[in-house]
Amino acid sequence: MLNKKVKASALKKNIFARFTINSSHKFYKNNMATTLKQKTFDLKRRMQNALQGGGEKAIEKQKATGKMTARERILAILDSGSFHEYDLFVEHAGKDFDMDKKYLPGDGVVTGTGTINGFPICIYAQDFTVAGGSLGFMHAKKITKIMDHAMKLKVPLIGINDSGGARIQEGVNSLAGYGEIFYRNTMASGVIPQISVILGPCAGGAVYSPALTDFVFVVDKISKMFITGPEVIKTVLGEDISMEDLGGALVHSETTGNAHFFSESENECFEQIKKLMSFIPWNNTKKADPFPVKQPKNKIYKISDIFPTDSRKPYDVRLIIKAICDDSDFFEIQERFAANIVIGFARINGQSVGFVANQPMVLAGVLDVDSSDKAARFIRFCDAFNIPLVTLVDLPGYLPGIDQEHAGVIRHGAKVLYAYSEATVPKITVILRKAYGGGYIAMCSNHLRADFVLAWPTAEIAVMGPEGAANIIFRNEIQSSPNPEEARKKKIEEYKEKFANPYVAAAYGYVDAVIEPQKTREFILHAIEISAQKKEDRPIKKHGIPPF
Amino acid sequence: MKNANKEKPEYYPLVVLGEEYSTLYTKKYKNRKPYAPIDNRKIYSFIPGTIQNVFVEKDADVKAGEKLLTLQAMKMDNEIIAPVSGKVKKVYVKPGQMVTKNELLIELL
Repeated sequence: MLNKKVKASALKKNIFARFTINSSHKFYKNNMATTLKQKTFDLKRRMQNALQGGGEKAIEKQKATGKMTARERILAILDSGSFHEYDLFVEHAGKDFDMDKKYLPGDGVVTGTGTINGFPICIYAQDFTVAGGSLGFMHAKKITKIMDHAMKLKVPLIGINDSGGARIQEGVNSLAGYGEIFYRNTMASGVIPQISVILGPCAGGAVYSPALTDFVFVVDKISKMFITGPEVIKTVLGEDISMEDLGGALVHSETTGNAHFFSESENECFEQIKKLMSFIPWNNTKKADPFPVKQPKNKIYKISDIFPTDSRKPYDVRLIIKAICDDSDFFEIQERFAANIVIGFARINGQSVGFVANQPMVLAGVLDVDSSDKAARFIRFCDAFNIPLVTLVDLPGYLPGIDQEHAGVIRHGAKVLYAYSEATVPKITVILRKAYGGGYIAMCSNHLRADFVLAWPTAEIAVMGPEGAANIIFRNEIQSSPNPEEARKKKIEEYKEKFANPYVAAAYGYVDAVIEPQKTREFILHAIEISAQKKEDRPIKKHGIPPF
Repeated sequence: MKNANKEKPEYYPLVVLGEEYSTLYTKKYKNRKPYAPIDNRKIYSFIPGTIQNVFVEKDADVKAGEKLLTLQAMKMDNEIIAPVSGKVKKVYVKPGQMVTKNELLIELL
């Protein structure tokens, strides 16, 4: 009891030392601060004290590693003059381990509001120069406060992570802080866009806040994310790995898929954030702001030059997207991860749309574990934020292999079916070439309630490719023929002619229109315009149970 | 087509549903491990650690479920149990020995 009292009084004394006006200063010599000028001067002095962050030395150290300070980062992202900071005078709540004698300006995190291209934003940035950006009770309180603001104001939230992790001195309170953040991330999911920017270490439990948010930005050589660091791995498992190879920016962009945007420098990263914000709405009740219409650069991106009709030949489907969208400006997401599917934003007639396209250039555009995860999450983002979906189909099916089966391609592949079926935004599908088997169904087919299914004359909608199909259907005829090889070829040709086209599906109404490739943009444009008021009801439920 | 022909990539074949496509491989696909059927008669370490005790010797008869050795890892003593009955063909480790992950510990006949 006595001990507690002593501690409390020490804390009080300490705090009041900073709160009392320095009466020896010339301003207060004869008179205590009473005039507005004097009060303002006092405020400025206090602000200066708090704005210094971890002090010159710590800032120097931060800059030496190619990093900006927390405030510099916020100012670089937001419109100039728009940043308004709150909770600058927050004090940390640590009582143990002599923490009560320490002053941590702003408790290691900067929070506030501002705008990006006039778009309102709530933002926080952890300040590594103050106690390593460690997360204590008040640090977390500041973050959760700005998150609550974002939810009330219904504006996007940007979190800049640069932290050594939990403030161990504050014990269970720092864990509580993380928990409060995760809970809010979950509650805000699908209500406001949430963006995480990893500009420093983000380790242990801290990684779960970015993981719960919609988009994660990383910067080469600066971002580091992992649950257990290289040191622990070394001592426990005896395995040697560098921080960069374990959880660097490239690893998360290429291998794990945890990151959505990769850049070489912080400034490039901020440009990406600004661009992303232009494609998405403030919240789930709005649509993304329309932009002036610009025609695609069809002199550079010509469908007839890009597109091989032989469905076994590769091409870059991103060029087809560029041939269709406004200004040929396609903003790709997760470029380096599961490149066999392409996702990203573009505009058609000034309106933001989400593109999902099989990439024949990589793994023939198959669906597999990673590409299914990548697509499904993007589809759900677009659906949550009223962004119409345009799906370009050109896939031979699912990736065959023991590794895929054992990695759960059934469960992961099901996510795509779930996400497309569940989505109620306008869904437009264009079948370019092959659409075989389960892959055809999964890629937003008529059966999953695509609003408009368009097909190019090169489309092949079938249970499988002509060779495989002919070998099964005509097995007896081929085997009993005097020249099986010739019979096989003939039967394949026969099958190709009859079934490797869009007209069989069109005859059943599974394809709404077979169109000339040149008219794709016009058809999509019309489909989006006509679906502006689309409303589709779903059965009342608490929530679905997607195959996570 | 300026952007399309920056460099000519090298395409590989990929067979899906009887059809062969020429395409690029992803890093993950290139590095995928070939499948090896599980051999119950070879006992590997499932985690790196230190061998505490070895309870069996060469030529000993063991029954499925019998303790073969203890492997200390992550501050836990893990009992390694014979998955099948058989005779011990060879013991590859000694008490006190450090082992890495997937190291062969004991082989049964």
